[in-house]
Amino acid sequence: MKNSHERNDEHQKKRDNAELKNSFSFSRDSLGRLVLYYEGREYSDVKSIRIFPISDPEHWVSICDADGNEVICIEDLTQLPDQVHHLLLEELGVREFLPIIKKIVAISSRFEPSEWQIETDRGETCFVLNDEDDIHRLSTYRILIIDAHRIRYLIPDMRRLDSASRRVLAHYI
Amino acid sequence: MFENREFPVEFHAQINGLLSEGEIPLAWFAPDLDSRLHYAYGLVVLTNRALIGIQPHPQAKHHAFSRSFISKFLRRTKKGDAPDSKRTFKTWPLTSIVSLRVTEHKGIGTLHLLDTSHLLTQWKFTTSQKVHAHRLIERFLELKESDKQKADPTSSLTETTPGVPRDGEHAVLLDYAPAAAPPPARSLFRLFKFARPWTGMIILGFLLSVGSIAAGLVPPYITMPLLDKVLIPYQSGKTADFHRGGWYLFGLAGASLLAWILGWARTYVLAWVSERVSANLRTITYTHLHRLSLEFFGEKRTGDLISRVSTDSDRICYFLSVTLLEFGSDVLMIIMTAAILLSINPFLAIVTLCPFPLIMWLTHRVRTVLRRGFSLGSRAWADMTSVLADTIPGMRVVKAFAQEQREIDRFQECNARVLQAIDRINTIWSFFGPMVTLLTDAGLLVVWIFGAWQVFHHHITVGVLTAFLAYISRFYARLEAMIKMVSAIQRTAASAHRVFEILDRVPSVPEVVNPIIPGRFRGEIEFSQVGFRYGSRKVIDNVNLKIQPGEMIGLVGPTGAGKSTLINLVCRFYDVSEGALMVDGTDIRRFSIEGYRHNIGIVLQESFLFYGTIAENIAYGKPDATRSEIIRAARAACAHEFILRLPDGYDTLAGERGQFLSGGERQRIGIARALLIDPAILILDEATSSVDVETEKEIQRALENLVQGRTTIAIAHRLSTLRRADRLVVIERGQIIEVGRHAELLEKRGSYARLHRVNLEMAQSMAT
Repeated sequence: MKNSHERNDEHQKKRDNAELKNSFSFSRDSLGRLVLYYEGREYSDVKSIRIFPISDPEHWVSICDADGNEVICIEDLTQLPDQVHHLLLEELGVREFLPIIKKIVAISSRFEPSEWQIETDRGETCFVLNDEDDIHRLSTYRILIIDAHRIRYLIPDMRRLDSASRRVLAHYI
Repeated sequence: MFENREFPVEFHAQINGLLSEGEIPLAWFAPDLDSRLHYAYGLVVLTNRALIGIQPHPQAKHHAFSRSFISKFLRRTKKGDAPDSKRTFKTWPLTSIVSLRVTEHKGIGTLHLLDTSHLLTQWKFTTSQKVHAHRLIERFLELKESDKQKADPTSSLTETTPGVPRDGEHAVLLDYAPAAAPPPARSLFRLFKFARPWTGMIILGFLLSVGSIAAGLVPPYITMPLLDKVLIPYQSGKTADFHRGGWYLFGLAGASLLAWILGWARTYVLAWVSERVSANLRTITYTHLHRLSLEFFGEKRTGDLISRVSTDSDRICYFLSVTLLEFGSDVLMIIMTAAILLSINPFLAIVTLCPFPLIMWLTHRVRTVLRRGFSLGSRAWADMTSVLADTIPGMRVVKAFAQEQREIDRFQECNARVLQAIDRINTIWSFFGPMVTLLTDAGLLVVWIFGAWQVFHHHITVGVLTAFLAYISRFYARLEAMIKMVSAIQRTAASAHRVFEILDRVPSVPEVVNPIIPGRFRGEIEFSQVGFRYGSRKVIDNVNLKIQPGEMIGLVGPTGAGKSTLINLVCRFYDVSEGALMVDGTDIRRFSIEGYRHNIGIVLQESFLFYGTIAENIAYGKPDATRSEIIRAARAACAHEFILRLPDGYDTLAGERGQFLSGGERQRIGIARALLIDPAILILDEATSSVDVETEKEIQRALENLVQGRTTIAIAHRLSTLRRADRLVVIERGQIIEVGRHAELLEKRGSYARLHRVNLEMAQSMAT
């Protein structure tokens, strides 16, 4: 643990140098896992994690080693070279599952538990809502729904839904 | 000369007679028990030269069989009868008194007066006199002190006059004085103050009311000529003027339509206004709550406060939007109807209105009973909410001790009290409602009898009688409705009273008129003869300590020694009662509270997480912090990596109490929160005592980042936590016992050495 702490401080200093952008690269190993080359070291099986997956998914990404210790912290994903950017997006797309609701097709009942039929950016699906408290208002128009299996669904902007979907949500919010 | 209380009048002459030239009374208190602990009435006065006292004496000794008789008797004596001439005052010169002290046992206090070897006398009193007894002793000690300091006591004492209360004391007195409670009925009128911003709309609503009522009163008036000029002539065989009849019918329809439209507009406008008034009231109440010191929240129950802000203000809203509206229009309607009745036929009108005074009298009687009933009901309801607010957060404890049934019983008991209170109201109400109906029916009957008699004698026409009946039935219907609103009004008055009780509370940490808005402090803290009294109990006594900028101070001492109170004083949750607390050389009372607290970071034993994301919780003290600032703070608090492992990283919702986070994780978020505001003064109140040793090590690391470059005051029971402290301050019974470095204190072999030994033994016994 102590070791990780020292490393942590070290990284903070490194990060401040702001030359992070081009100082690292990725590859995939034979098992399809991501490998990070950074400062002459090789970290296999690194995980990319969005730091603010809901409020700011486009910028902040942390790369952690297999033990969960942060190796590098990327402040702005979009500033990376295209190839790295794509690789990370691909990786994040597989690792992170946060369907974005495009349309609420139908709900089975106004009273919980109710079954919701929705269209998301990942296709159509159904989920069960256990409790109206599972619909969280993140900001005025940003809504997060957590289903009975604790899977999360995001509505980035309520105003952009069609009127039928909005009417359903209006019942809860 | 004497604080805020009145000196008992009956003793004035006697005391004045006893005072010598230049002798000033400084403090007094009235022992209210005699030596056998029976209620009695005595007096102790401290002057700058002597202590004068009279033993409490039950005046009605020969009536001792009845206690109530005695208290009645005493009450009479207190009001001004001359006290028994046999009771004489004794005087003890200050030089003869060596010590004066108070002991307390089960609510009974005793004031002992001692010379070097003897008990001179003692007085007994109930706790109601406690504060005054303590104050008398403090004055006495001050006198002794200044006697010692100055060779010539007579000249110096008059200058210093310790009897004059100082600034801090007023605040304490105010806190314990019962709040001046205006009667409930007046509370309702105070609501108008909150309506002021919408005066225009209220006037509009009122005008609409008058209009719609007037329009509603037109139809019966038209029925009069319709009957007399059209229908009755037609029935008696004459030709009827159908054209005229048509106009009357048209008039009827028009009046109804107009009444409908105006009524609609009126309801809308007034409902709109009342929602705003009550929302305003809610905000003001909540804002005021935030301004009150922590002391207030210590003595009030959460459930009760919540119910005041939500339920009570909601009741007020309902009253303003529905009841007041109807009530107002009913009053108007009644006045207008009475006027019309009088204009048609004054004689008949007066006869019809006969039961009216009777109803009003009855209403008045019932009102007082109901008011009491409703405030009782409200209190019972708040008690019930309090049980919920107590139990639900403490559910783990309840379950762990298998006390579910007991909690259910406790709830049921409160629920039964609610039921009881409401039953009482209902008993009165169920009798009163039908009673009013009976009286109004009687009124109608009178009109029928009297009207029929008048028609037979051709004093009035059938049309007039019909109109009269129509008006009078409206009149009584409205009256009845209005009287039924009495209950709603009384309920609201009780609610308004409860809300105003909060609003009338004066914050005990007041802000000065022209506060200094501080920038960033250097972090020098100085306690100069600081004392703090909680009620009559002195929690902090004459603390002197100077803390250098950037120094880390560890506060050590047994529980209840006053460590947390010292910290509360530094945070300005309370104000000092005596002395001064200075930061960077300025008394902290001169700073603006908000600006001052921006300089203070605090990590408590349990970090409270609000509903919101982790990022929002870290940025609680600085909502405009950038994302990189948040991450930096979290990193320094060793929280970054565990946050990354949460399902949504920094966007994870922490939940109301952050249940899914462990104690150590919550604590590290608390540390990040304190780090982010970059405070000049940092306070750690048992920051690591709720976690295991392993986690403590991690937190310790986070704390080391936090402490750098700040003045830190830390409390800890585990002495190992304080190993980095520059100085340790040992506190016992509100006083500083020892100050020094760890090694120095160990060498002293005093309190700290003892504490250290116990700590070591604990650690060893745990290891084996």
